[in-house]
Amino acid sequence: MSNRRSPLVIVSALLVYFFLYAPIVVLVVFAFNSSRTNIVFEGVVNQGPCGPFYWFCKLFDNNEVLNAAKNTLTIAFTSTVVSCIIGTMAALALQRYTFPVKTASEAALYIPIVIPEIVMGIGILVLFSALFTWINVTFGLTGDARFSLGLATVIVSHIAFSIPFVTLVVRARLHGFDKAVEEAAMDLGANEFVTFWRITLPIIFPGVLSGALLAFTLSLDDFIITFFTNGPGSTTLPIYVYGLLRRIITPEVNALSTVWILTVLIAVFISQRLESREV
Amino acid sequence: MLQKLRENKSLQGTLLILPTLLWMISLLIVPLILSVITSFGRRDADGNVIYTFTLDNYLRLAGFTPAGFDDLYLQILWRSLTLAFQTTVLVILMAYPLAYFVARAPVKWRNTFLFLILVPLWTNFVIRIYAWIMILRTQGVLNGLLGWGAGLFGQPFKPFDFYPSSGAVLVGMVYEFLPFMILPIYTSLEKIDGSLYEAAADLGANAIKTLLRVTLPLSMPGIVAGTILVFIPVMGTFVVSDILGGRQVILVGNLIQRQFLDARDPAFGSASSIILMVLTLIVTIFYTRKFGFGEEIASA
Repeated sequence: MSNRRSPLVIVSALLVYFFLYAPIVVLVVFAFNSSRTNIVFEGVVNQGPCGPFYWFCKLFDNNEVLNAAKNTLTIAFTSTVVSCIIGTMAALALQRYTFPVKTASEAALYIPIVIPEIVMGIGILVLFSALFTWINVTFGLTGDARFSLGLATVIVSHIAFSIPFVTLVVRARLHGFDKAVEEAAMDLGANEFVTFWRITLPIIFPGVLSGALLAFTLSLDDFIITFFTNGPGSTTLPIYVYGLLRRIITPEVNALSTVWILTVLIAVFISQRLESREV
Repeated sequence: MLQKLRENKSLQGTLLILPTLLWMISLLIVPLILSVITSFGRRDADGNVIYTFTLDNYLRLAGFTPAGFDDLYLQILWRSLTLAFQTTVLVILMAYPLAYFVARAPVKWRNTFLFLILVPLWTNFVIRIYAWIMILRTQGVLNGLLGWGAGLFGQPFKPFDFYPSSGAVLVGMVYEFLPFMILPIYTSLEKIDGSLYEAAADLGANAIKTLLRVTLPLSMPGIVAGTILVFIPVMGTFVVSDILGGRQVILVGNLIQRQFLDARDPAFGSASSIILMVLTLIVTIFYTRKFGFGEEIASA
């Protein structure tokens, strides 16, 4: 269709794209900076056996970073798997069944969307510190046996904020679902489990996959909830970078971001390929 | 027993929702209730909470301190509200043309354009703010470009101190939350039937009239959903202001965070958090009553 105002729209769209990408380009370019303080770009680094990729090599020798990356991925992976299973179950329940607490459940699922994350974060912190103090005192736990914040507390909290988003996405997929297909399977002698496994799940799978992608992204990117629920030894990449911001930031952080962006791009590319094959 | 489960649909539904309910109650409802209880307590000398019933924390937020009236905290609340409002308006103004551009693009290109909006989101919240430090600081990229431009015209140039400042905080907020506005607006624009534009043109409406009378009203659900997705997180974040404001721009989020870390006064921190929640709920309810609840949140 012809559009008379398109030059204006195109120019402003291009400007917004420029705004979105300028910081990303700066991040990547400065990963090759020869200046350690990384304030001014002083030229492309060429040092050691890695040459221009000097900071990338430094990065892979840095145990703190590697550990933070490992924690981030462990948390994101675990919370995605669990929240996908639980969230899909909830979507099925809300879309297919009537039961006593349905309205209350629907309302509860909206809470994480409509309250600021920090409110949830400090609430969970208050809960865990009260609970752990009580357990440690009651059972007389001392030293390393004491309960404290760590990977587990981060993971259960990430699951909590991911479930509502997974449920929303899967419900949207269930919405256009033709129940006749399931009934046909049952008529042909399949029981509930076979029907679910062979019919329902394959049909809603793209929805579950997008829910998983969303949950994974939310978990990788989360700062506030992780900030209040992590403990010593469970530092994630966002928390690690935040700590660095108070000191000198070497181009290692830029190298880290570059690797990160590339990894995510590849992961998304693969998942989109898989998804388009599913349909 | 399995037979009984097969026949009882209500029991099946309850079993399916049970894990979600457990999670929501223990990590959402109980923490919220605990926050409310804590907010009525006070701290002892070591920073532990003593559970009593006192309104002191709320009175302190409202400005009534033992030393007399002090509107410090009211100012913080007001600053957070105005910043969230400014961010939301700027984000709508920037998101709308881009969402329109993508929605009117040829179908085979749409997914690529959408993908390009999402890529910056997949870097990392904290790293994105760090990138803005590199751009905005006195010796940063922006001043470098401006100095180069001034040099071309033979003008003297004195670098600006863009960072740290409240302006830098606003830029950072807009950058962080822009994609959350683009997606819902795109979803609602994409649903508009193209023949409506032709009908408007046939009936003699010009571009501006079509925008105001056709496009804008039909994309309202997207704007409402986007506003909720942007306004609420901006009200609650402390990272952007902490980093780009150089600890000078204090928002409610910073206030709450400091009570739990530096100041060690969880009771006052909880009271601030409850006030933040009530404030955002009031704004959200008022807003959605006026414009309707955005279904687009689901599709975003």
